Amino acid sequence: MLIEAGHYALVLALAVCIVQTIVPVWGARRDDAALMEMGAACALASFACVAFSFVALSHAYLVSDFSIRNVVENSHSQKPLIYKLTGVWGNHEGSMLLWVLVLTVFAALVALSRRSLPARLRANALGVQGAIAVAFLLFVLVTSNPFSRLSPAPFEGRDLNPILQDPGLAIHPPLLYIGYVGLSIAFAFALAALIEGRIDAVWARAVRPWTLAAWAFLTLGISMGSYWAYYELGWGGFWFWDPVENASLMPWLAATALLHSVVVMERREALKVWTIFLAILAFSLSLVGTFLVRSGVLTSVHAFATDPGRGAFILGILTVFIGGGLALFAWRAPLLRQGGLFAPISREGALVVNNLLFSTACGTVLIGTLYPLALEAAIGAKISVGPPFFNLTVGAIALPLLLLLPFGQQLAWKRGDALGAAQRLMAAFALAIVAVLATFAFARGGPVLAPIGVGIGAFVAIGAVVEISGRAFGRGVPLRVALSRALGLPRSAWGTAAAHFGVGVTVLGLAAAAWGTETLVVMKPGDRASVGPYVATLERVVPRSLANYREDVGVFALTRADGTSAGTLDASKRLYLTRNMPTTEAGIRTVGLSQIYVSLGEAEPGGIGVRLYYKPFVLLIWIGSLFMAAGGFWAMTDRRFRVGAPVRAAVPQREARA
Amino acid sequence: MTIWIVFALMTGAVALAVLWPLARVRAAPGGSAPGDEDLGFYRSQIDDIAREAARGLIGPAEAESARTEAARRLIRARAAAPAGPDGSEPALRRRRAASAFAISMIPLVSLGLYGAFGSPHLPAQPLEARLTVDPTQLSLADAVGRIEAHLARNPDDGRGWELLAPVYLRLGRAQDAASAYGRALSLLGPTPERLVDQAEALVLAGDGVVSAEARKAIDTALAQAPDMAKARYYRALAMEQDGDREGARAAFAALARSAAADAPWLPMVRARLAALDGTATGSTADPAIRAMVESLAARLAAGGGDAESWARLVRSYAVLGEREKAAEALASARRELAADPAALARLGTLATEFALTERR
Repeated sequence: MLIEAGHYALVLALAVCIVQTIVPVWGARRDDAALMEMGAACALASFACVAFSFVALSHAYLVSDFSIRNVVENSHSQKPLIYKLTGVWGNHEGSMLLWVLVLTVFAALVALSRRSLPARLRANALGVQGAIAVAFLLFVLVTSNPFSRLSPAPFEGRDLNPILQDPGLAIHPPLLYIGYVGLSIAFAFALAALIEGRIDAVWARAVRPWTLAAWAFLTLGISMGSYWAYYELGWGGFWFWDPVENASLMPWLAATALLHSVVVMERREALKVWTIFLAILAFSLSLVGTFLVRSGVLTSVHAFATDPGRGAFILGILTVFIGGGLALFAWRAPLLRQGGLFAPISREGALVVNNLLFSTACGTVLIGTLYPLALEAAIGAKISVGPPFFNLTVGAIALPLLLLLPFGQQLAWKRGDALGAAQRLMAAFALAIVAVLATFAFARGGPVLAPIGVGIGAFVAIGAVVEISGRAFGRGVPLRVALSRALGLPRSAWGTAAAHFGVGVTVLGLAAAAWGTETLVVMKPGDRASVGPYVATLERVVPRSLANYREDVGVFALTRADGTSAGTLDASKRLYLTRNMPTTEAGIRTVGLSQIYVSLGEAEPGGIGVRLYYKPFVLLIWIGSLFMAAGGFWAMTDRRFRVGAPVRAAVPQREARA
Repeated sequence: MTIWIVFALMTGAVALAVLWPLARVRAAPGGSAPGDEDLGFYRSQIDDIAREAARGLIGPAEAESARTEAARRLIRARAAAPAGPDGSEPALRRRRAASAFAISMIPLVSLGLYGAFGSPHLPAQPLEARLTVDPTQLSLADAVGRIEAHLARNPDDGRGWELLAPVYLRLGRAQDAASAYGRALSLLGPTPERLVDQAEALVLAGDGVVSAEARKAIDTALAQAPDMAKARYYRALAMEQDGDREGARAAFAALARSAAADAPWLPMVRARLAALDGTATGSTADPAIRAMVESLAARLAAGGGDAESWARLVRSYAVLGEREKAAEALASARRELAADPAALARLGTLATEFALTERR
C-alpha cells in the first residue's frame, strides 16, 4: 500500500502544482495577499507529497520489493545497503524523481523565505516554479513512471549498473541536481521580474544567495563527478570534454557569469537586462543538459535512458521554457528601467569583461558540443570535436580571464585606479614570477607552458590573499587592529577571496598535470615498473569473491628511488555476476597531494596489462574546487542577504587609506 | 478499500493545506491592503537593520546608508500601492473562484491520472515477506522463482539444481531441465540416475528425438548400471530412431521380459513393440497428438508450408514410428522446398538422423 500511496502522492503533487502555477500569479496581478499566500501553501504541500513519494520508492528499494519494475531493473537483493539506497537515483526514473524532489525543496524554501523576499516577487517566482514542476511531474508520470508495477513479481532483480555501485553515486548526482535545479530559482526570479515589469537592487539581493547556493552545489557536483570518473573509469583522466560533461559545464559557466553580473546589478543597478538574460540562459542550459543525457542523443556513461519518446517530451519542455522565457524577455525587457553608465576602468567594468569572457567560453563549449550532433543529424557525417579543440579555445579564453581576475578585484566601484591596482598586486606578481622561475629550475621535462601555468595559478591564488590582506593591513596599522578588521570584513568578501583562491589552486593542479607520467606494461608477479619517482612491483594477483561480484586484485608494492617503501596499493578488475559486466577499480595511493594510479587491463599471454600513472599534485584540482564551493557558501551567509539591505563594502578600504 | 480511504484522506489534507491561507489571511485583523506586503517587507527590513546596528553587527555608517535605501524603497512602494479595501466584493469573488478552482482541480487531476497509471489492487511485496511465506501456500511458479533466486545467489548448490530440474520438466521447460541436470552433474558428479534424467530431459527438449548428447549420457549410465530400465528404454528408442528396427525390437522385447508385471512403464514398452511390429499402427500414440500431426499434415498439403513446419511433420511421423509416412512427408517437403537450399540441407540432416530412405 505504501507504494501506491507514494504513487498517488506524486499525482497529487502534480495537481497541487497546477494550482501553484495559476493562483499566486493571479494574486500578484490583483494584489491579493491571500491568493499570493496560497502559492506558498501549494509549494509546501507539493514538497510534502513528492518527499513522501520519494520515501516510498526508497523504502521499496530497501526491502527489495520486486513488484516495482524500476526496482527489478536496478536492484538486487544481495546488493550492499548503501547501494540499494543510492540505486534509487542510479537510474532514469528514480533520478527524475530526485530532480523533481529537489525542485520542490527549492520551491518550499522560497515559500518559507517570506522575510527576505518581496511578496509579489515571491508569488510570481512560485508560479514559475510551479509550471516547471508541472512539466517535470508530467514527464515522470507519463514517460518514466518509477512506480510502474510488475505482476507476478520476479524474485530477483537485474542489479544496478556496476559502474554506479560506488560511493560516488551517493554524492555526485544529488549535488549536481541541487545545482541544476537551483538555477531554476534564478530563472523563476527572472521571469517573475519580467512578469511584474519591475527589477531593482532588491531583486538582485534576493536572487544572489540562491544563485550562490546553486553555483556552489554545481561546482561541487561537477568536481566530485570528475573525481569519480578519474578513479572509476580507469583511464587516468579527470575531464574528457565528453558532451555530458560539457552539458554540466555550460550551466556552470553561465551561472558564474550570472553570479558576477548580479553583483554589478546590486551595487550599481546596471546590467539589468543582461542579468535577466543570463538567469534564463543558465537554467536553459541545464535543461539542455538534461535533454542531451536522457534523450538518447548521446552515448556515454551518463546516458542511461535512451528512449526517443522521452527525448521528444523533454524537447517539448525545453521549447516551452526556453522559448517562453526568451519570448517574455523580448516582450518585457525593454520596459525595465535602465541603470546608470559606468567607466571602463572600475570594478563593474572588470565584471563586464568577466561576463563577456564567461559567455564566450560558454558559447564555445556549446558550439563544440552541439556542432557534431547537428552535423550528424543534417548530413550523417560523424565528426568528433575532442579535447584539442576545447583545450585550445577554452584555454585561450581562460588565460585573459585568469590574468585580469586579481586586477578586477583590486579595482574600486565607479572609478577604479588601474595603476593603484597594479601596485597593490606587485607582491603577488613578484611571487608568481618566483614560482615560475623555481619551477623552471627544479622541474624536468614537461611543456614550456606548464611553468607559466604554475605562475598564473600562483598569481590568482596570491592575488586573492592580497585582496583580504590589502583591505585589512595598511601602513602603520597595528597587527591587532588589522586582524580584527580582517575578521570584520563582510562574509561576501571572504567568500569571494576563498573562491578566487580556489581558482588559483585548481589552475596549479592543472598545470602540474604536465609533469605526470603514463606507462603501459605487461607484468607478471614479481615484475617491476617505474612510475614517476617510484617503482611499482606487482607482488601477486589474488582472486576474491564478494557479495555480488568476483574480482582479481593486483597487489603492488611501491618503493621510492632510495629503496624505502612507500606503501602498497590494490588495483582490481571486477566481474559483476548478475549483469556479467566487468569494471576496473583503479588502485590509487596518495602521497601528499600527488597520486600513484594503477589500473589493470586485459590478461595477456605474458602476464597482465597494467597502466601506471604518476600524477603530481593532482589533488589540487579538486581541493581548488572545494575552496570555490566553500567560498560560495560563505558568501551566501553574508548578513546583507539576511537583512536584505545594502552594505557599502568599500567603506573599510576607504577608511584604511584615509 | 483501505487504499481508497487513504487516498481520500491524502487528498483532503492537501486541499486543506492549500486553502489554509484563504482562511488565515482573511481573519487577520483589519485585513491587508493591496501592496501591504511590500510595505511590510521594507518595514521589517528597517527593523532588522536597527536590530543589527544595536547589537553592533554592522557599523553605524553602514546601518545609516542601509536604512536610507530601504526607506527610499518603502516610499516608492507606498506610492505605487493602489488604494482599496480588501474585503471588497471583487476580492471575495476572487477568493471563492480560487478555492473552487483548487478544490475541483486537486481531486480531478489526481484521481484521473492515478486511474490511468496506478495499480491500486497490487499489494506491496517486500522480498523478506515473500521468502518467509509458508511454502505450502506458494504457487508452483513462485516456488520455482524462489529456488531460482536462491540459485542465482548460490550457483554452486548442486542439490538445488537437482531439485529444480524435475520441477522444470513438470512445467514443460525441458530445455531448462536439461541444463539444470547438467549443472547438477558437473557439481555433484555423474551417477547413472542423473545421467538418464538428463538424457530424458534432452529427449523431451528435442521433441522426442534421442540426440547424440542424450545417447552419450545413456551409454555412460548403462556402462555403470547395465540393468537400469529407463536407460535401456531410451537406448532402444535411439536404435529405433537410427533405423535399426530389429535391434530396437530385440531390446524392447528384452526390457519387457525383464520387467516386473506391474512396472508402471511396461505399457509404454509394449506400445513401442507393437508399433515396431506394425500390429498397432495408429493406436499407440495419444489421439490428441495424432490429431495435431494430421492437421499439420493437412495444412502443409494445402501448400505454403515453411521449412520449420515440414521438419516438424517429418520428425513427428518418425517419432510416432510411422516411417512410411515420414518418408512420404520428406519427399513432399523436398518437392515443396526445392528452391531453398538451406531447407534442403536441413531435410537432408533430418533424413540422416532418422535413417529415412526415400521411396521414389
